[in-house]
Amino acid sequence: MDVALVKPTTARAPDDLFAAARSRLPGSGPVSALREAAYAEFAERGLPHRRIEEWKYTDLRMLLRTVAPLAAAPDEAAISRAAEALARLDVTGTCKLVLVDGVFVPQLSDLAARDGGVDIRTLRELLDDAGNATRADLLRTNATSDVMVSLNAAMATDGVVIGIGDNVTLSKPLHIVHVATRAEASAFTRSLLRIGKGARATVVESSIAADGADSYQVHDAVVIWAGEGAEVDHVRLVEDAPAAASIATAVVTLGASTRFNSFSLTIGSALSRYQAFIRFGGENATASINGVNLLKGSQHGDTTLVLDHMVPHCQSTEVFRAVVDDRAHSVFQGRINVHPDAQKTDARMMTRALLLSDDAEADNKPELEIFADDVQCGHGATTGALDESLLFYLRARGLPEKEAEALLIQAFVGEAMEAIADETLRDVAITAARRWLEARS
Amino acid sequence: MALLEVKDLHVRVEEREILHGLSLTVNAGEVHAIMGPNGSGKSTLSHVIAGKPGYEVTSGEILFKGEDLLEMEPDERAAKGVFLAFQYPVEIPGVATMTFLRTALNAQRKARGEPEYSTPEFLKKVREVAASLNVPQDMLKRGVNVGFSGGEKKRNEVLQMALFEPSLCILDEMDSGLDIDALRIAADGVNALRSSERAMVVITHYQRLLNYIVPDFVHVMSAGRVVKSGGKELALQLEESGYAQFEDKAA
Repeated sequence: MDVALVKPTTARAPDDLFAAARSRLPGSGPVSALREAAYAEFAERGLPHRRIEEWKYTDLRMLLRTVAPLAAAPDEAAISRAAEALARLDVTGTCKLVLVDGVFVPQLSDLAARDGGVDIRTLRELLDDAGNATRADLLRTNATSDVMVSLNAAMATDGVVIGIGDNVTLSKPLHIVHVATRAEASAFTRSLLRIGKGARATVVESSIAADGADSYQVHDAVVIWAGEGAEVDHVRLVEDAPAAASIATAVVTLGASTRFNSFSLTIGSALSRYQAFIRFGGENATASINGVNLLKGSQHGDTTLVLDHMVPHCQSTEVFRAVVDDRAHSVFQGRINVHPDAQKTDARMMTRALLLSDDAEADNKPELEIFADDVQCGHGATTGALDESLLFYLRARGLPEKEAEALLIQAFVGEAMEAIADETLRDVAITAARRWLEARS
Repeated sequence: MALLEVKDLHVRVEEREILHGLSLTVNAGEVHAIMGPNGSGKSTLSHVIAGKPGYEVTSGEILFKGEDLLEMEPDERAAKGVFLAFQYPVEIPGVATMTFLRTALNAQRKARGEPEYSTPEFLKKVREVAASLNVPQDMLKRGVNVGFSGGEKKRNEVLQMALFEPSLCILDEMDSGLDIDALRIAADGVNALRSSERAMVVITHYQRLLNYIVPDFVHVMSAGRVVKSGGKELALQLEESGYAQFEDKAA
């Protein structure tokens, strides 16, 4: 028997992905050079797979297979479909910054309504500004060598670049909204937020689909710097189309005495990976990182958090909940690195998965690496079904089975959702979870 | 028509038969005590009436207001007026007691085709009931039974009983884990609910509880059957002579 050794095509990046997109990617000179190097990196390593430790449970060669070509820039029809999708958003009263298929669309955004002391530019205009010697830095990050972040640097078409002045307090949340309108196409976006010393800001990210958008891919990166004493609330609400894929990265650097409170809710998309790299760069900072994934059908949802405690006297708490129904698969990886100088670190992580069906799967991987000797670190992970004795108690009080389950599931995710400081946003998240529960029954 | 009729009930858990032909008739307005040693099947009877999964009824029937109770889901039984006060009420973190009470009460009303209570109507009702039972408002804001003492948990059961106004209350070992003061408070709450429309089945190991909730009838269970029935004096008699006299009979 002849055995032909075929190198699987999924292992390599499609050669034409970058070439075909080249003319649409802003920037020249050092920006182009950086993009080429980043793409060469991606082409060399290919999509991450199960033998890459960080991607062990989310094998993109199996799950994503290939990176879809760059989505066409939005035309009038796409923008009007995006507007319809925006009208359905539950979140109101924010300063919306809308990216449609990876391109900033000013007429859908509330640029004029932004607060004083807030500078908002597009990534495209800054990359295209040949007079700006440091523009290539917009695509660079030292926080990770993750290959999907390299792909993002190579391919990013647009994003928002926000500067919030020192001691500015926002009157309403800044709201980055990603709207997909195409099928079988990718959007690549990168946004950067620099939050000044003593500033207070709420930043919301939404990811939604227009009618008819399906099997699209979202490749997003957000880079946040919080200056000394800044207070930042960060809320992600991901409700992509059922057949979509979302690969999103957050890179966060916290200055001294900052308070960073982050919550991420993932409901949509067949495949999602949210990876956050959070670095404590100044003392006495606190971070509360929370998340809920609600997964059903054959969804695969991955939340991967990497916290680097570099300096002493910082606190971090992580609370993550996954509700997994049908044949869905939840992944939580939480890594806490306590570096040698980070004495008096207090780091806690709790992850719990609730399996609603026999075929549901959850992988929890907590990892603590501690190089300082005077620290408090703790982690816990549980996976289980709904408690039968609680269900019976509720049913014996008159709640039908699905309602009893829904109440217990809401309670299960409640602890993570209560971490959302803004009451309106918390209600939006709770309502989204309730909708998910109602669709179950 | 009797409120509750249990006829020749045989119940298995896994492969073992626990109830071997139990019969019991309870009329509206009556308070029945079921006494018996550990393992005699008292709690099994209460669980089967409430519809707890894991019990297999191999023969016999349970009629409630003439309807076949065994055909109903636990929530349907609750809506029809069956209430089981749990021996060990569960803790439900993350579900505020108020939310739980409102959801449960409205689910029962909806099942009966009655209009659901609005929030102000509900609050008024629950405050009245809570005040009559000396249940502090603070307890209602906490997660269901979370961090409650044994006495508070039982008081919460009585509060629900008062709020849902069932026609049949089954109190499963209400005295377990209670000191004498907590027991008196809970028993006073139960006594306030005695009425000609409502029946109670008080399951207990000890006679002590029956000093506070005085029954009309006492049944002695042993090895899965009722082996003796009588008036309230039977409980006193048991207190003196113990259960041993019945154990031979049942064997």
